[in-house]
Amino acid sequence: MFKTYTFPEFDYVRSADQDAAQPVKHPVVIVGAGPMGMTAAVDLAQNDVPVVILDDNNTVSVGSRAVCYAKRFLDISDRLGVGQRLVDKGVTWNIGKVFLEEDHIYSFNMLPEEHHRRPGFINLQQYYLEEYFVDRISTLENADLRWKNKVVAVEHQADSVLLSVETPEGPYQLEASYVIACDGANSKVRAMCGLESKGQIFQDRFLIADVIMDPKKFPPERWFWFNPPFHEGQSTLLHRQADNIWRIDFDLGWDADPEEEKKPENIIPRVKAFLGDDVEFELEWASVYTFTCRRMDEFRQERIFFAGDAAHQVSPFGARGANSGIEDTDNLCWKLKMVLEGKAPENLLDSYSPERAFAADENILNSTRSTDFITPKNAVSRVFRDAVLNLSRNYTFARPLVNSGRLSVPPFLTESPLNTEDTDAFNCKVVPGAPCTDGSITRNGEDDYLLSNLGNQFNGLLFVESHSDLNADLLQALTELAEQDVPVKTFVVASHDMELNLPEGINMVVDKFGVVKERLDAQRGTFYLTRPDQLVTARMRQFDKGRVIAAQNKALGQ
Amino acid sequence: MSKLIIEPNLPRPDDFYQQLTDLHRDLTDVQSADVNARLILLLSNHIGDQDVLAQAMQIAREHIPQQD
Repeated sequence: MFKTYTFPEFDYVRSADQDAAQPVKHPVVIVGAGPMGMTAAVDLAQNDVPVVILDDNNTVSVGSRAVCYAKRFLDISDRLGVGQRLVDKGVTWNIGKVFLEEDHIYSFNMLPEEHHRRPGFINLQQYYLEEYFVDRISTLENADLRWKNKVVAVEHQADSVLLSVETPEGPYQLEASYVIACDGANSKVRAMCGLESKGQIFQDRFLIADVIMDPKKFPPERWFWFNPPFHEGQSTLLHRQADNIWRIDFDLGWDADPEEEKKPENIIPRVKAFLGDDVEFELEWASVYTFTCRRMDEFRQERIFFAGDAAHQVSPFGARGANSGIEDTDNLCWKLKMVLEGKAPENLLDSYSPERAFAADENILNSTRSTDFITPKNAVSRVFRDAVLNLSRNYTFARPLVNSGRLSVPPFLTESPLNTEDTDAFNCKVVPGAPCTDGSITRNGEDDYLLSNLGNQFNGLLFVESHSDLNADLLQALTELAEQDVPVKTFVVASHDMELNLPEGINMVVDKFGVVKERLDAQRGTFYLTRPDQLVTARMRQFDKGRVIAAQNKALGQ
Repeated sequence: MSKLIIEPNLPRPDDFYQQLTDLHRDLTDVQSADVNARLILLLSNHIGDQDVLAQAMQIAREHIPQQD
């Protein structure tokens, strides 16, 4: 029993598929109704691809588990219609502080720029996130979420996958053109396919204690201690979550007994030593965990795709688990839609695994480096680590070396086969393969944000500074792009509010602070092409319809 | 790519060498290891060129037989 949360119990409902004489075929079946399975379900269903989601349980994640959701997660959740609820309930933060013993030695800011819709991070218990996605799915007619449906076998067929499912009322089978396995770190689908996730297991144990206490005691920031004065272990992490719950994460060392450490009589003294005797708190949830950094060689076997922890796992220090998982489904779902609708060749799907394995490698690299700094693996690593920490008290040069976790930012898919290489010079952080920047804009006189207008389709951004930048031929070309079988819907990004006579399908947004132009290093006439997942796929200094079409075809695997 | 200087470059080599060994006088092995680590970090930051540092790291252990 939680004091701050009541776990919902969802009803098992008999499906018509269970009474069918032959297995019913669906375009996409998703295994696992965790965060990744549900983001995939919403993404597909809201873009008119019917989905079935099978989950062997009937509630949300018990215990808190994932906590930190990064800006990119929120941007994607906005596109999926859940972002605002997450932000409203979550605790917003941008600042991380690092302490050595009692001294504050280093700070970092996850979002030093203004004019983004979303903050660097929010913290929220995973069960709220899941609950909100369940609610969202319930509003989508073509998303069929089936609780207490346990997949026990998968079989590749010529043009489908046959799934055998157990339910409280007995087994049945169903067919899927494509399957997305989002069934977590111990993915049963992965095992059924005879596949492994391989990597490094770290010999360390951490205790999570989620405690309820006065929110005024600490600010909503990520606080990390090396050699904390109140705990004999190597590190402690403090984070605020919703409902005045604070996550405290104590490094225990490899020799700790997980069963003993999980007992309240052992946890409470640790928390008391940290908070001091005068601070009242209640223990909400606790767990002892170890972790691994590993991934599958390929995130796909024939018609089965693996996403989230099923495909790759990292240590928790970079908050790169759920945050990379949602980037997987963001990457996969539009491709599945295009292929299922016959608008892109099947080989578009070949780009999923290399794009996301590239991202997984970056996440694993960052997470492994953080782990090696936090818990040095040998005596000399420890000497260097302690030297960095001690120098950083008085010498700023050492502070960037302090690694308490490099927090999730989306890897830029610079090696993607879908990108069109720049032929013009650009000088900004955004590159082909990176998510498009956000920025404050106005649309139809209303305040808005750029990213809220992009996605689910190909978009163009054309930068103009006066109405004379647009002529009839250009508008005709933009209209033709908007009317293609796979449309490119262009936004004219105007440097200031101006009267433009735009044809249907072409809209104007006003870059009211100039931040979009600056962040994309745009000039008058610059054109950016973004994919349905908001990644930049091509850009040019002057619009050229032929080049835009070629870039779009490349992004569609053609 | 910048090149690591491997020709003599210290104006007063004997003075430098004495200063380096004096730095460790009276230190325990543990203290010496700490001082060396700090020194490497300080000098690396001063050099500030990953290519140069990588060349130095390679030469520093090239005499050690590779183990598989």
